[in-house]
Order: sequence, then structure tokens, then C-alpha cells
Amino acid sequence: MNSTTVTLDTTGLLCPIPLIRAQDLAKKLAPGSSFLLLASDPGVYYDIPAWCRMHGHEIVSVDETSQENIIQMWIRTAATTNRTNQ
Amino acid sequence: MEPPTTTRSVKAISLISGGLDSLLATKVILDQGIDVEGVNFFTGFCVEGHTHAIRKRQREKIKRNNALWVAEQLGIKLHIVDVVQEYKDIVLNPKYGYGKNLNPCLDCKIFMVERALDMVGFDGHKFDFAITGEVIGQRPKSQRRETMAIITRDSGANDRLLRPLCAKNLPSTLPEREGWVNRDALHDFSGRSRKPQMTLAATYGFTDYSQPAGGCCFLTDQNYSSKLHDLWSTRGQRNYELDDIILLKVGRHLRPNHRFKLILAREEGENNFLKGYRHRFIQIDIASHTGPLALIDGDPNEGDLRVASRIVARYSQGRDESKVSARVRFPDGEEKNMNIRPYSAHEIPEHWHIGV
Repeated sequence: MNSTTVTLDTTGLLCPIPLIRAQDLAKKLAPGSSFLLLASDPGVYYDIPAWCRMHGHEIVSVDETSQENIIQMWIRTAATTNRTNQ
Repeated sequence: MEPPTTTRSVKAISLISGGLDSLLATKVILDQGIDVEGVNFFTGFCVEGHTHAIRKRQREKIKRNNALWVAEQLGIKLHIVDVVQEYKDIVLNPKYGYGKNLNPCLDCKIFMVERALDMVGFDGHKFDFAITGEVIGQRPKSQRRETMAIITRDSGANDRLLRPLCAKNLPSTLPEREGWVNRDALHDFSGRSRKPQMTLAATYGFTDYSQPAGGCCFLTDQNYSSKLHDLWSTRGQRNYELDDIILLKVGRHLRPNHRFKLILAREEGENNFLKGYRHRFIQIDIASHTGPLALIDGDPNEGDLRVASRIVARYSQGRDESKVSARVRFPDGEEKNMNIRPYSAHEIPEHWHIGV
């Protein structure tokens, strides 16, 4: 995933905070952008795919590093704009 | 609010807790052809499976986020909104006070309804009305006829707040009067029984829904409230940060004196989680034996560290040894070992345990 330019580090944070951070970041990125989510809460294995299905985002790949169980998810945002609230 | 037009359909925002009532209330309105989006507010006190996932990391089943699950079942989009900072004022200064524990349910619902109606939908427009899964008489504080009227009034929603599950027991609302929603197709549930909801759920084919016994908020939990009360009383001020309230959900909490509290992991998942706080708290584990990791919250003196180490040793595999080696790590990286005798069970007074 050499094209990834943005990394969102949510390690140490519990769900749903990684999802909220991802949601906030996706709002700021241009449609169709990619970013790398780092997380330690295995809850992202449910939350992030569900959120992606709901909003048309795509999980490009998922990996878990052997060191400290850091989960890496490469996400591509939907091609169309989704407006969200804060 | 801009009125619906021929080019803009009526839109509702539904408060999605992840439980059965909000699932059903939303479904009832969706079935009337209304465009609904959901909102779930993250207060920091939410009882979500992932907090428990800290403890159950090795289990095969990943805990789901029930609000997301509900939204997916309904086929609606969900806003998950971080209100941790705003929500402090609700917890610390509830206008209508607390329920049985530190649960400010009435103020909470007022806050959430007001906040929901202030939001903008995914199409950039505000919502015409709000939906909740409230049922008259379902909850002792926030879901009584008189308190539901307060929510309607104080949230500023007035007749733009629709409770589909008990609407027939309440005055008609704007969406009913405008004909956006057919009142005859709404419900007249009341009381504490869950049977009407379960029957309706079966009608819709919902079977795998969440029904947490204590509701969806840790503040309704007596043990949790005891820990929060202890936090406030020992710090001498009623305030908190997100990490404070997260840590109240993790581990055993023991307070031998006013200077410090011990947060003791109960299993490997909690051990791993507490390791993440190594740069903020003193940590203790037993170097000579397998056992839990503990955090020290407060300002312990040398004797306190010895007491804390003896407690940690009590919960380690070395509990029956005459001496074990405790490792104390300080946030700046300094480390020291102490040879200590583990406490026996009767040497740890019951009152040291907070919120057991």
C-alpha cells in the first residue's frame, strides 16, 4: 500500500473511538482517498467493516502485526461525498 | 427548519442506543416511508461490547457495536457522535438529579434529543422530527408520562419529538398532524413489560437484538457508580477525563487509603490494556511469578508501594510463597524490585474493594 499517505493511529483507544476518528478523517478526505488505520482494540474487526458497508467505503486490506497485536486496516473512502456531523 | 418540499422528502433522526426499543421505533417509521437516519452518541459511559472485549480478546466471537448492528438491520445510515466533553456537564450538574445511581437519565435524554435535532443529515439538510424508542412507564425516572413531557419541552423539540412505540398514549405530534406519519399505524405500549416489544420484534423477524439488563449506560450500574463516586471524593473535585471513566470499567479496584488506588487486571486482555498506561501511572507486577499487572492511581509513598505490591502478589501465582519479587515501574522508566510477602486473603479488608 505505497499510495497510502495518511495514517490514523488509534492504538490504545477503545471502540467506538477508532471508528469515530475514522469517520471524522473520512469526512475531511477527498472522496476515493485512502488511509491507514492502526488500532489495538479488536472491536474494529466488526465496527470498521460495518461502517464501510453503510457508507460505501472499502477495506482494501487488513493485517495484524505480531508485535503488540496492532491491527492495520487500509481503507478507501467512498467515491461520492458523505456529509457527516460533529 | 426548512419545510419539506416536493423536492425534499420528510426526514427523521432516530436515537439509536443499540437496544430493542430504538430498533423497533425506527422500523415503525421506516415502514411509513419516512427517510430516517440514526444517531448514536458516545458519552464514554456506553455499555458496549468492546469494553468487555478487553477481557475476552482470545475468544472467537468479536463483540459487535449494537448501534451499528441495528442500523445495518434497518438499512439506515448512522452518525456516531463523540459527545464526551459536552456530556460532562450532564453528568456533573444534572438539572433533574440522578436516578438510583449516578445516572442523570432525564437530563441525558433532553440533551440527546436536542443535540439530534440540531444535527445535519448526510444530505446536508436538518431533520423534520426526531424519534426515540421511549415507552411510557418503561423506566422509573426518564420514561414516565410527566418526565417524558419534560423531555419534549426542555429539549426544544416540542411537537417534533415522536415516540412511535407509545404515540397513541400521547398527544399527536407534528408529523402526525401534517400527515407525514399515520397515527393509526403507531403503537400504544406502556408499562415495564417487554412482551409487546418482543411480539413486535417477532413480527418483524428480529431475533438477535440486544437487551442489556442494566440498560446501555454504565451510570445505571451500582458498582460503576461507586467507583466514580470514589474518584470524585478522593480527588476532592467532581470532574473526570475520558481515561478516568474508561479505567473504571477495567479490573479490580482497591483503595487501601486516600493516597492511592490500585487497578488490578483480572486477565490477560486487561493486562495488555493496562500496559498502554505505562507512561502515565506507576505499574506493579510480580517478577518472580505469573500474575496480574496493576496500575497505581494517586500519589503513594514508599509504604504504600509495599502495600500495593503485597496486594498484587496476593493475586499472583506466588500467593502462597513466603517471599516474592515485585517489580515497580515508574512513568519515567525508573524501575525497582521489592521482596515482599503476599497478603493472605483475610489481610485484605473488604472495604478496600471499590464497587465489587
